[in-house]
Amino acid sequence: MLEIAAHLVDAMVAHARADHPDEACGVIAGAIGTDRPDRFIPMVNAARSPTFYEFDSLDLLHLYREMDDRDEEPVVIYHSHTATEAYPSRTDVSYASEPNAHYVLVSTRESGADQGPFELRSYRIVDGEITEEPVVIVDPVEHRE
Amino acid sequence: MAIEVRIPTILRPYTGGAKIVEGSADSLAGLIADLEINYPGLSDRLLEDGALRRFINIYIDDEDVRFIGGLQAPLADGNSVTILPAVAGG
Repeated sequence: MLEIAAHLVDAMVAHARADHPDEACGVIAGAIGTDRPDRFIPMVNAARSPTFYEFDSLDLLHLYREMDDRDEEPVVIYHSHTATEAYPSRTDVSYASEPNAHYVLVSTRESGADQGPFELRSYRIVDGEITEEPVVIVDPVEHRE
Repeated sequence: MAIEVRIPTILRPYTGGAKIVEGSADSLAGLIADLEINYPGLSDRLLEDGALRRFINIYIDDEDVRFIGGLQAPLADGNSVTILPAVAGG
């Protein structure tokens, strides 16, 4: 299952609406080994396409170096579908290369950029296999200073 | 040329779980061949028909190798090579 705070779900949906009709994409990082998404990181879709997304290669390098410095990993990798359901496409499966991540799909097919119904679902994609999982809203991660 | 190579999670099964390995070569092509000796099967994840796979990103220090010669990109002692699969989909 994906345990995630409500404000992070809201952030992914807002990003998907803002980029509609292009696909939106990003990562939510969390402390390594905790499986708790914590830090929302929207990314630029370098493909700027309604049917494809890709992180720019240098953005990707900077993202991974930053997560490494902070002892984080990508707990959630999210993107939106703008005209189809919130289910991984064959392309999504063939490019899924983070075996420990929760792949979140948001679909803006119903309301587009406006407030209104949307779909948000989460999946594990490992060795080409899709397993859907429930999304459970929990309290935000506590930061002890 | 002693080169530090950072391995993404999905390729660590080829390196016995190691996140950082060492190779020796003066070009990226040579480095991949060198890594294949110690970590068999790794080169097939990076190359297809002798060319770099489209959705694998390889960097030498801060540069994407696509902009500095691809497989012919030169390597110098102390360079750090990072491999990151693209984050992409449709």
